[in-house]
Amino acid sequence: MAFFSFQFCVIRRHINKSNGVKVLKKVSIDELKQQAIELRQTALTMIYEAQSGHPGGSFSVADIVTALYFKEMNIDPNNPKWEDRDRFVMSKGHVCPIQYAALAKLGFVPFETVHTLRQFGSPFQGHPDMKKCQGIDISTGSLGQGLSCAVGMALAGKLDKRAYRTFAILGDGECQEGQIWEAAETAVKYGLDNLVVFVDDNGLQLDGPTKVVMPNQDLEEKFSAFGFETKRIDGHSMEEIIETLDEVRERKNGKPKCIVANTTKGKGVSYMENVCGWHGKAPNEAQYQQAMAELAGGLR
Amino acid sequence: MVVAEKEITKMIATRDAFGDEIVELGKENKNILVVDIDIGKSCKTENFMKQLPDQHINVGIAEQNGAGVAAGLATAGKIPFISTYAVFGSLRMVEQIRQEICYPNLNVKIACSHGGLTPANDGASHQAIEDMGVLRTLPNMTVIMGADYHSTRKLISKAAEMYGPVYLRFTRDKVPVIYDENEEFEIGKAKRLHDGTDIAIIANGDTVRLALEAAKKLEREGVSVQLLDMHTIKPLDREAVLECIQKCGKIITVEDHNIFNGLGSAVSEVVAEEGEGIVRRIGIQDQFGQSAPYEKLLEINGITIENILETAKNLLK
Repeated sequence: MAFFSFQFCVIRRHINKSNGVKVLKKVSIDELKQQAIELRQTALTMIYEAQSGHPGGSFSVADIVTALYFKEMNIDPNNPKWEDRDRFVMSKGHVCPIQYAALAKLGFVPFETVHTLRQFGSPFQGHPDMKKCQGIDISTGSLGQGLSCAVGMALAGKLDKRAYRTFAILGDGECQEGQIWEAAETAVKYGLDNLVVFVDDNGLQLDGPTKVVMPNQDLEEKFSAFGFETKRIDGHSMEEIIETLDEVRERKNGKPKCIVANTTKGKGVSYMENVCGWHGKAPNEAQYQQAMAELAGGLR
Repeated sequence: MVVAEKEITKMIATRDAFGDEIVELGKENKNILVVDIDIGKSCKTENFMKQLPDQHINVGIAEQNGAGVAAGLATAGKIPFISTYAVFGSLRMVEQIRQEICYPNLNVKIACSHGGLTPANDGASHQAIEDMGVLRTLPNMTVIMGADYHSTRKLISKAAEMYGPVYLRFTRDKVPVIYDENEEFEIGKAKRLHDGTDIAIIANGDTVRLALEAAKKLEREGVSVQLLDMHTIKPLDREAVLECIQKCGKIITVEDHNIFNGLGSAVSEVVAEEGEGIVRRIGIQDQFGQSAPYEKLLEINGITIENILETAKNLLK
């Protein structure tokens, strides 16, 4: 099984723990693309072994999660509660397999944990649990609530004059929850330029296309109207993700950032791409083998 | 006994206890924050806002967001006190309390004015009759309502000291000051106001004053009353209830809350599990309120001194 032959990519972390100043991780785009492949494969293996979980959304956010965990975020697996660490909120908590894959590869938990997804006593609960799993900054799972928590984290950073930033990933379907917009108002009111929000705009939700279930209008325009600094990108282009993160890193202008990412649900597996039925379904053995082989080739 | 013989002279709303205590707590500990949901003036956080503006956050009319923001702040070591009305601070944001505060067991306090029928003339929409019961069901949550100004201040202070989610419920309107300023209180430990052997009365919040008056009358008639202020309904002081069962066997509970899931239910659970003793619950009769004088609303629910006396006499027959 390809899963067992993963190379553990050694990520060089240059973190000065005494003052929390970050020196950027030196990692190439190609290395990140390889990480994204391995994260997708690890997440799929977890879901396959558990015969339960959400592959579609895990794959649409995989490239963003890779860029954040393996390059952008100032975090330390050996000190997961480090006060100056960057915070991460997976507001669409059901896609946690991709986050778990990152945490396992970085060593926040023993890598073998990947075989315990959704099992009794596992740190890898069906939805992220900050009390059970190192590296989870807030428990999520109920949609619409994560952005408020991220706002609270970013606000605490401002109050304490700490340099850390807070990253959140929302789903486009999730933006139907009114609380998202309450949180957006708060982020703007308090000038949280230390908050970076990604919207995984994959256009599908459980019951069907977002534009049919409940049209969101243009989420970039909406966040912009609320007072965010916004940008729309290709959420599967590692180059564009990294370029955008480089852009927003130093923009301390009193405005929270929102990056709306055009993504494809199930990205990387031909039979899953843009198929609503793969929102929350595990593959059978043949499907699993096909998917692992396709993923190994990288994104088309 | 603490107050049984004392005459009541002062009247103060327990929301003022919050307004006063939170300023003291905030001055002592800069990690203590107030998260207002617009109605700070009414919830008495105005002084906090003026004196400690850097520790004051107002998220506007957005309770659910307020609960989430407080949770996020708590992950970074802050001790946020969310301040709003009890009906909103319990029900409007109950799922956020469950998912983001109780489930991760974060150190967030929910401090709510307008408990029970005390927002009387506001009508049913603003009267919180289910709040303590709903929040009592959530794992990790502590649920408290002090009886008067001094006890409420002490309990707020204790809530700030302890780790974990706490729901604190206050009165909008003035209630008698029944404790001395120096009286100490412990979360989860009932305050015994009178020792007795014939009948036990267990009350909390704004109904303690009624229980106290009823107890005095019963004592005068030769009935020996065990009287408890059960300010914390979760964790319930089980030992104190067991003592009532052993000494008296007959228990009356009194609360400004629906008779379901509040103090009366919590006490009944202990009695049922013991298989000994009998309970009569006085409280809101599973009906919504309306705009009316507070005393009138209590009266139509039988939350009166007279009904406590009558219930006691029936139990003692």
